[in-house]
Amino acid sequence: MSDRKIYPNAKAALDGILKDNMTLMSGGFGLCGIPETLIDAVKDSGITGLTVISNNAGVDGIGLGVLLESKQISTMISSYVGENKLFAEQFLNGDLEVVFTPQGTLAEQIRAGGAGIPAFFTKTGVGTLVAEGKEVRNFDGEDYVMERGLVADVSLVHAYMADKEGNLVFRKTARNFNPMMATAGKITVAEVEHLVEPGEIDPDHIIVPGIYVQRIVHVPNPVKHIEKRTTRPRN
Amino acid sequence: MAWTREQMAQRAARELQDGFYVNLGIGIPTLVSNYIPDGMEIMFQSENGMLGMGPFPYEGEEDPDLINAGKQTVTELPTTSYFSNSDSFGMIRGGHINLSILGAMQVAQNGDLANWMIPGKMVKGMGGAMDLVAGVKKVIVVMEHTAKGDPKLLKSCNLPLTGKGVVDMVITDMAVFRFDKSGDTTVMKLIELADGVTLDEVKSSTEAEFETHL
Repeated sequence: MSDRKIYPNAKAALDGILKDNMTLMSGGFGLCGIPETLIDAVKDSGITGLTVISNNAGVDGIGLGVLLESKQISTMISSYVGENKLFAEQFLNGDLEVVFTPQGTLAEQIRAGGAGIPAFFTKTGVGTLVAEGKEVRNFDGEDYVMERGLVADVSLVHAYMADKEGNLVFRKTARNFNPMMATAGKITVAEVEHLVEPGEIDPDHIIVPGIYVQRIVHVPNPVKHIEKRTTRPRN
Repeated sequence: MAWTREQMAQRAARELQDGFYVNLGIGIPTLVSNYIPDGMEIMFQSENGMLGMGPFPYEGEEDPDLINAGKQTVTELPTTSYFSNSDSFGMIRGGHINLSILGAMQVAQNGDLANWMIPGKMVKGMGGAMDLVAGVKKVIVVMEHTAKGDPKLLKSCNLPLTGKGVVDMVITDMAVFRFDKSGDTTVMKLIELADGVTLDEVKSSTEAEFETHL
């Protein structure tokens, strides 16, 4: 197995594929399973006018929060952005456009995009602001709204483990949006905590096949953040 | 004397049935997991991609890779499974989750629900709420009966909707209402009063029109 998909660092892994006004997908839920090292490298690249598809927008100073701080994002497509003060500020003064999308619709739009499905019908959001201006069709007596599939120029994902072919494995709830986003990027870049030789991952345990992953950067021992540390007392 | 947050959660827990798969929203709904009747097996779903959610971890055992949809650290159980958000919402939209318990800003007498935005204020987003109310078999709202004295149970919602005609039951600090649907008509029925609350008190705190079936 060659090392053709392996890049020495995040900057190299993004070299030649970033440009102004592009669409990026960024995996993660809250701060769990976000491609933080790659996001930091996008910041360093200085590209602007980004449309970013991500469930959340990080928090101040972490994850996509850094791209908001540097005003590199012009549009966010997200389901929930409540944890970010800068976001609120830029949204309210009109610097940032936000397309609020129900979380399940967003997940399905990305899955559909990656699977070559341009649109689908869902009952989520029928009769609400989300359905305004969209086709509504009745199937079997119930109304459904048409939503479009989403694709990105580049998808940034975080995985727990990859082999050099790009087969990915995730850990616990850090899986979240990462598998679908890997399929919906014209180019998908994965930052992975563990990089192993082909054959070391049981093929039955692979969650994202390597066909969806074009570039890999090994980020051992990343700092992981906890947004809401909640515990119970020991008896 | 009305119900406390804990008593509202206890009342909601009486709607659980053995073997139910349940999604709980943030706030009072989360407390429902403290009142599972003895001997009943309930599996909690967290829409970020987990079924079989355990309690909060002991201090020092928090795992940043293991959170619930409220971004709180949680633990896993022997029955736990993990999956992607698209699988998670397939489960929700596909009608495989038995019960969703969530909070609300307003509920209308036809079962309309508003709980995600107030025009002119900072909008945080709907998260998974629109998908949950559209897809889950039974939707129970647990909320305070009024907001600063103003009724939250209305003839029609004046805030942007989360879902149309989606509510099956409302549990407040004052009363319990059931929404009976047949065809295009929904009838809101008062079925229970909280301890020490009178029918007149409920009537004067409720704008929605309801039938009384105590």
